[in-house]
Amino acid sequence: MSASLPSEGIEHAPTYAAVTQAICDIPLRRRFGQGWRAGFAVALLLALLLMFGIGWLLVRGVGIWGLNIPVAWAFAIADYVWWIAIGMGGTFISAALYLVRQEWRSSLNRYAETMTVFAVSVSGLFPILHLGRPWFFYWLFPYPDIMNVWPQWRSSLEWDFFAILAYLIVSILYWYIGMIPDFASLRDRAPSLTRARVYGLLALGWRGEARHWQRFEKLSLILAGLAVPLVFSVHSMVALDFSEGLVPGWHSTIFPPFFVAGALFSGCAMVLVLGIPMRRYLHLEDFITVRHLENMAKMMLAVGLVVGYSYFSEIFTAFYSMDRYELAMTLNRIGGAYAWVFWATILCNVLQIQLLWLARIRRSPAALFIISAVVLIGMWLERFMLIVTSLYRDYVPSSWGLFYPTFWDIAFLAGSVGLFLVLFLAFVRVAPVVSMFEVRKGARGSTQTSQREPQPS
Amino acid sequence: MNSPHGLLAQFSSAEQLLQAALRTRSESPGIPLEAFSPFPIQGLDEALGAARNPIPALMGLGGLLAGAGTFLLEGYSAVMNYPINVGGRPLGSWPAFVPPAVEMALLGAALFGVVAMLTGNGLPRLHHPLFDVPEFERASTDGFFLLLRSPGEDRDATRSFLQTLSPMAIYEVPS
Repeated sequence: MSASLPSEGIEHAPTYAAVTQAICDIPLRRRFGQGWRAGFAVALLLALLLMFGIGWLLVRGVGIWGLNIPVAWAFAIADYVWWIAIGMGGTFISAALYLVRQEWRSSLNRYAETMTVFAVSVSGLFPILHLGRPWFFYWLFPYPDIMNVWPQWRSSLEWDFFAILAYLIVSILYWYIGMIPDFASLRDRAPSLTRARVYGLLALGWRGEARHWQRFEKLSLILAGLAVPLVFSVHSMVALDFSEGLVPGWHSTIFPPFFVAGALFSGCAMVLVLGIPMRRYLHLEDFITVRHLENMAKMMLAVGLVVGYSYFSEIFTAFYSMDRYELAMTLNRIGGAYAWVFWATILCNVLQIQLLWLARIRRSPAALFIISAVVLIGMWLERFMLIVTSLYRDYVPSSWGLFYPTFWDIAFLAGSVGLFLVLFLAFVRVAPVVSMFEVRKGARGSTQTSQREPQPS
Repeated sequence: MNSPHGLLAQFSSAEQLLQAALRTRSESPGIPLEAFSPFPIQGLDEALGAARNPIPALMGLGGLLAGAGTFLLEGYSAVMNYPINVGGRPLGSWPAFVPPAVEMALLGAALFGVVAMLTGNGLPRLHHPLFDVPEFERASTDGFFLLLRSPGEDRDATRSFLQTLSPMAIYEVPS
């Protein structure tokens, strides 16, 4: 990929002041009307449902969900993997595109990182709630206790705990550090002293000194460099939760790369699902242009093809291995009680994304929104398929059984979407949704007359 | 009368700020100089004579400490403090200890880097003399500023030097 000019992708390179004003006015001056309030109210109700569900779960135990033997993972783990995958995509878009100097990303990365932080936070609830005794989740951590018991380091579930912990903290740091200069802009433009103080505290006293910028840029670069392997390792460990188990359909070396591809796929989809309504509602069309949407659509198609290839390769491997259990599992998946999940996954994740080959579809925000939303549904169904169709019929026919979701299974899924939206909508209301200082690099000075611009670093 | 914190010159573009910084640097090398801009400008830190940046080394150190520490902790607990025989597998099964160590190494590097960036920049701080200059607000929008820390008696000389750089305006920063 060739390095693009900083101003590419931003239509008619706005002035520094125009960029700053357009983004600062959203949290500082814009009136959020009925649309935002209605969305927030719905999200809040769903989040309250989740809170109520968690309370009920703590009272009654995980039995309020439909999980049982043999299907002991079901919705909770499907939700967990789905959410953490969405988060991965945000980090990848922000960090990997930064490392390869795709400057057009600078208007996407802020909300993609925000999406990551909130998605990972929501995802972390599920494995904890699924523990059975969630209040003992800290036993996963090697803290000095008087029980003289240590965690089992050889378990991928333990690795996963470390992976999520590291990932959550690093993505919060990466997100917050990137916002410091923008909080300074908000502080300097705040209409009231109280807000100037709040943003001033968040900006930590940032002044934009040249040496400060140098340290800041160095840190951002290395953090991005750390975030990319972190994304790959974390989602590989999520996959190892499955492939370390000896269950047919899980015990496979393809899982880590397959899961990483799925993570990027659902991350791209969520970036589009959030970005398309947001750019319209907040009038960010000059920042998040059709070109950005088209690039995201291309990325989504590319990783979607890798996901499709992984589906094919899993089925091929089952037949190629001639392992009777793998074969039985694959045939069950394609033609058994949950065959509709498999075929719906194929429809959502493999077939419908082929529309993205058409430039007309890629440039239509409405079409992209629908395709991305369907991809998100498809990715959730894929997690459900991988978990349930592998577990419901394992080696011993006497232990076969079906899984039926309960009201609370659905409530936790819907509630987690609500909680995520509450956080995201609140963020949009109070914080800079576009990284101003990075967009300024590609903008032009209002007072300048000379043609030559200095190269921003 | 208190001597002021310094004199602040505002320039209209990143290019002019860079030129001004380079000229000040070459004409009076010893003078403490700070430059402020709404986005990072390539070459400006070198023009000011930036010191070597220790952040990469510190992040490497943080990663090494956290990674090695986690690895040793795993080894200690699995081999010495709490050995369990799981199907005859070796107690010191080090490849299984690598994933948490890698994750903690990445976390340690990130934490060290953030702390190094903030302390290196003297942040967080609640107030700074520059914030008393109302026009300095534009440093986070479209203002490009050069600050000369002038001792009281040289103020006029400094001001007339700054004038030769043809800035948009010069402000006195109260201490």
